[in-house]
Amino acid sequence: MLWESFKLALRSVRRNVLRSILTLLGIVIGVAAVIALVTIGSGANEKISSDISKLGSNMLIVRPGNQGPGAPGGNEARSFTERDVEALRNGVALVRAIAPTASKQAIIVYDATSTDASVTGADQAFFVAQDWSFIQGGSFTESDVRAASNVCVIGTTIVSTLLPNVDPLGQTIRVGAMPCSVVGVLGSKGQSAFGTDQDNIVVMPLRTFQRRIAGNTKISNISVSANSPTAVKSAQDSITAILRETRHIGENDQEDFSVRDMTQIAATMSATTTLMTGLLGAVAAVSLLVGGIGIMNIMLVSVTERTREIGIRLAIGALASQVLTQFLVEAVVLCLLGGFLGVCLGFGLAGLASFFLAIPFAPDPKVVVMAFGFSGLIGLVFGFFPARNAARLDPIEALRHE
Amino acid sequence: MISLRNVTRTYGEGDAEVRALAGLDLDIAAGSFVAIMGASGSGKSTTMNILGCLDTASSGTYNFNGIDITGLSRDARALLRRNYLGFVFQGFNLLARTTALENVELPLVYRGMARNLREEKALAAMQAVGLHGRESHTPSELSGGQQQRVAIARAIVSDPLVLLADEPTGNLDSERSHDIMRLLQKLNKDRGITVIMVTHEADMADYANRIIQFADGHIANDLQKGRT
Ligand SMILES: Nc1ncnc2c1ncn2[C@@H]1O[C@H](COP(=O)(O)OP(=O)(O)OP(=O)(O)O)[C@@H](O)[C@H]1O
Ligand SMILES: [Mg+2]
Repeated sequence: MLWESFKLALRSVRRNVLRSILTLLGIVIGVAAVIALVTIGSGANEKISSDISKLGSNMLIVRPGNQGPGAPGGNEARSFTERDVEALRNGVALVRAIAPTASKQAIIVYDATSTDASVTGADQAFFVAQDWSFIQGGSFTESDVRAASNVCVIGTTIVSTLLPNVDPLGQTIRVGAMPCSVVGVLGSKGQSAFGTDQDNIVVMPLRTFQRRIAGNTKISNISVSANSPTAVKSAQDSITAILRETRHIGENDQEDFSVRDMTQIAATMSATTTLMTGLLGAVAAVSLLVGGIGIMNIMLVSVTERTREIGIRLAIGALASQVLTQFLVEAVVLCLLGGFLGVCLGFGLAGLASFFLAIPFAPDPKVVVMAFGFSGLIGLVFGFFPARNAARLDPIEALRHE
Repeated sequence: MISLRNVTRTYGEGDAEVRALAGLDLDIAAGSFVAIMGASGSGKSTTMNILGCLDTASSGTYNFNGIDITGLSRDARALLRRNYLGFVFQGFNLLARTTALENVELPLVYRGMARNLREEKALAAMQAVGLHGRESHTPSELSGGQQQRVAIARAIVSDPLVLLADEPTGNLDSERSHDIMRLLQKLNKDRGITVIMVTHEADMADYANRIIQFADGHIANDLQKGRT
């Protein structure tokens, strides 16, 4: 019986293709919106978390300056010293790496070509702290760092712009006015969450950088990588405590530095996209509601149009419940069809968006199941009233209709 | 098999009240072929609807095949129609854009019969009404007489005890009408189906073996013919 109803439903949809599609538009748009939003949203979240994890796992970034009121701003703020770093190395437990860095934009020249890149001075811990891998060569050594040798490690963007056709290892490039020899090439990280090219980078020993590029002994930034996600918070606290002491900050004074947890930033960012998805999801729900009312309307029309048919069915022995089932199934089939079109359209839109926004395409089967479930439910809910009207018809009057 | 006792049927209320049946007593034996005649508005269709369990009497009792129909629910009456009754209407009442075979199968669909069995029975019914080869035609591709044959096939496919036909030839020309009458007569004789038919034409009523005249909701004349 259910199967017969299903076949009948398909037939009546086919008889009124245009009308069915127009009726379904609300549901199609609603489902497409939900599917597209959820897919784009989870793609964006995936992108954010992968961007953040590229910065380094369980990363804390210590910077001079503080956003708080009354505190000195970023540039005027006191930078860190060797002493601060030493105190952190001796005092903070459960960390894998503590990497003091300083950086500056500089012109990089090889042969007749030149490019602008971010030049960073650091020690080997930097590569550990920020999870850099090497595709060629390796890090400079500890003795390079101590001796302030003229060596450097470069990112893939530098390779492709300056040294596309040569083996970069052993080449000498000029950073600002300083020649230095390439000892390693970093694995690519792509764009950062903030849109900068993380591979357009030259890394050299900190002391080399301070002497030859910056001309001072400032440390502008300390990257700290905790052993585990759970160790991040305690590391953050002990870094704050130690730096307050080494930098002589009074008990009631504000810190002139900040210790930022990168995973926290990721969480905030994905919370924002989740909120956006939720809000737009509510809009989609309204569209589904409107779609449901459209279904109800067309089913009422259909029941009126087919009053005589219903009369015939009742006369030859259909039970009221069988007529009810027939029209309910028809409404559900109609809605499921809308759901199907919506899922296709939604994935199409999400695919386009992921192409143009350069985020991963992350289809979620759970959402598809939910979309179909919801469409079916709408059919049941909004199809019930018209179907009940059909089932309650008096056979004699229905037969006399028209 | 059919027994109506003091049946009344009134439509509307108060000043607008219409008494379609005023205390009708009627007995019909199994296997008979009954023609009901009478002026327009005399209550023929009303009687047919009550006999067909499509409508219920305002008062009085109706006993069908030993079952007291009087207080039965809607669904119980639907089951009676499904199992014991077949209907043929003046306007054919076939489902449009549905093939003849599917129309004939319909009562069996509601009985939940398996598809192949259903098809077999429907084909046999089509054969019985002389429409072999028209199974895949839709009503709009069939003549009036053929459509009425499809309707008769649909009515007999579930092997009913009683076939109720309200002016089955009302929309057909004389020749076609006689064809339909011969078919009904044959079904009555060969299968023992009780046929109750409303008609305005005396030569159609002649096919029956009992002719009942209605007037103002009463039986005015009840003529039992010898076996023809
Ligand atoms: N649904 C209804 N509402 C009100 N009055 C009705 C209804 N159905 C029938 N009647 C009235 O009941 C009376 C009997 O009607 P019925 O249809 O039984 O007549 P009939 O003998 O079949 O006539 P005809 O030969 O024209 O078909 C008529 O006066 C009719 O107006
Ligand atoms: Mg009538």
